[in-house]
Amino acid sequence: MIVLSSLQQTAEDLMAKAAIEIPDDYLVGLRRCADTEKGDLSAFVIQAMLENYDAAKEDRRAMCGDTGVPRWYVKIGNEARIEGGPIGLEATLRRATAHATNSIPLRPNRVHPLWRTDHNNNVGINAPEIEYAFHPDADWIELTTVHKGGLFGSDYRMLFPGDGIDGIKRFFLDTLISFGRRGLACQPAIIGVGLGGSKDACMVLGKQASCLRTVGSRNPDPKIAALEDELKLLGNSIGMGAMGFMGSSMVVDCHIETGYCHTGGMPMSVHMFCLSSRRASARVHADGHVEFRTDPMWFTDYSRRSTVEWETPQMIAAE
Amino acid sequence: MANRLKTVDLVLPTQTEELRQLEIGTIVYLTGRIFTAREGVYKRVIEDGVGMPAPREALGSVNFHCSPAASVNGDGTYNVGAVTATASFRFAKWLDGWFKQSGCNIIIGKGGMTSEAYRELFVPNNAIYLTTVGYGTGALLGRGIKGVEGVYWMEELGLAQAVWVLDVARFGPFIVESDLDGNSLFERENAKMASGIKALYEGTQPATLRRYGETDDKTVEVI
Ligand code: SF4
Repeated sequence: MIVLSSLQQTAEDLMAKAAIEIPDDYLVGLRRCADTEKGDLSAFVIQAMLENYDAAKEDRRAMCGDTGVPRWYVKIGNEARIEGGPIGLEATLRRATAHATNSIPLRPNRVHPLWRTDHNNNVGINAPEIEYAFHPDADWIELTTVHKGGLFGSDYRMLFPGDGIDGIKRFFLDTLISFGRRGLACQPAIIGVGLGGSKDACMVLGKQASCLRTVGSRNPDPKIAALEDELKLLGNSIGMGAMGFMGSSMVVDCHIETGYCHTGGMPMSVHMFCLSSRRASARVHADGHVEFRTDPMWFTDYSRRSTVEWETPQMIAAE
Repeated sequence: MANRLKTVDLVLPTQTEELRQLEIGTIVYLTGRIFTAREGVYKRVIEDGVGMPAPREALGSVNFHCSPAASVNGDGTYNVGAVTATASFRFAKWLDGWFKQSGCNIIIGKGGMTSEAYRELFVPNNAIYLTTVGYGTGALLGRGIKGVEGVYWMEELGLAQAVWVLDVARFGPFIVESDLDGNSLFERENAKMASGIKALYEGTQPATLRRYGETDDKTVEVI
């Protein structure tokens, strides 16, 4: 049985880690940008960011004053048993969000869309979002928190099969250029692209592709992996760097996730995970033992399955 | 890499003559008093006609478009963690009245405004725009805050929208985005990229399903 006190402590620790410590994979990717950036203003910005991450860690303060909108991704092992069940789990995550907002501190960003009511704790109607996934043959539960900046860098468009790869590239460029100007998206960013699914699933997949995969990871389908490489290169050849200054540092990495969609369409979403690519994960075992990490390991062969039944160990390639 | 950019330290409040020395693209650090104000404050001061929450001497003349990541301690003191600017272009409509009422001559924010806004709103008021860097340099900026001088309208507007008066030392870095003539660094950079962007699109077709108001002119901005 996984006890709620252990989940709450883990969740609060994760909130602090996400807000303060930039994940290593992103840091390595950004250093690579710094090494190749020729634009002097763009290079200055990246240098300041690298110093900023050190300052955040040394002082144990949030890396960015806009601490984003904290949310949760929960993966539950098929054999996991949670004290208080799913209702207990949700209450715990809401409680941890409120506590950590005050103790770190985070900015209380969450308000009612019309009345602008602010509970000063990042909790409210449908907030924080909690998304669930399940995993076969496991008795643990995995928590990931993502604190994504909120206002710029995402877009959705219904493309059609006839728009083809060129249409995908165009919409990719449109999004990067429009939100990259003046650095509204706070690039260099991890770009997530959702391809397919229904409209809502398309947005969710793209967002997860940007926030829940690590820099350097590739889609298991080799042709999609090649497209990831191609889009990354394309984004970095716009001539735009950090803050929209001349340069080559737009994309730290590009991740694509797919979902089967309506036969007539090819919906696409683009998401930009900013200079504060904040995520932190932990696996809480049934015996109370906790492992922290920065890779959410959200996408798996199981989550990307395309067959009706699931057999373990799995041997079916994605199609 | 070594920083080849010109860097200037300013002590607040600044006079117009000092601001005249600043060219777009210069790196700036600030020492003195600044305060936060964004839509909640603008609405209250300009639209509701409430006026400024405190005299000029108490607030300073530098308006930071930001909400701090902060909390109020049990004893009434404040705990300010990180501070990061929010995008400024949304606030242009209030600025003329705001400059007159607040007497500010420096606005700090994210992303700047259009050069049109600089010419119409900033130039007549001898004001410049400094952009924060990154924009995620919240921890560095947090380090530059030496004290919270006061917080106004916490009750009325909430923690994020309240007026935070901050004493800062070598607070920065910032980059001069607009000068006293109303030139914009961002627009200068956009112009430099225009031909490369045009080439990237060459030979591709617009999406099958259009959107209302959509343009194919890739030099247009979304702000
Ligand atoms: S987009 Fe990211 S780095 Fe930029 S201000 Fe928001 S949270 Fe900070």
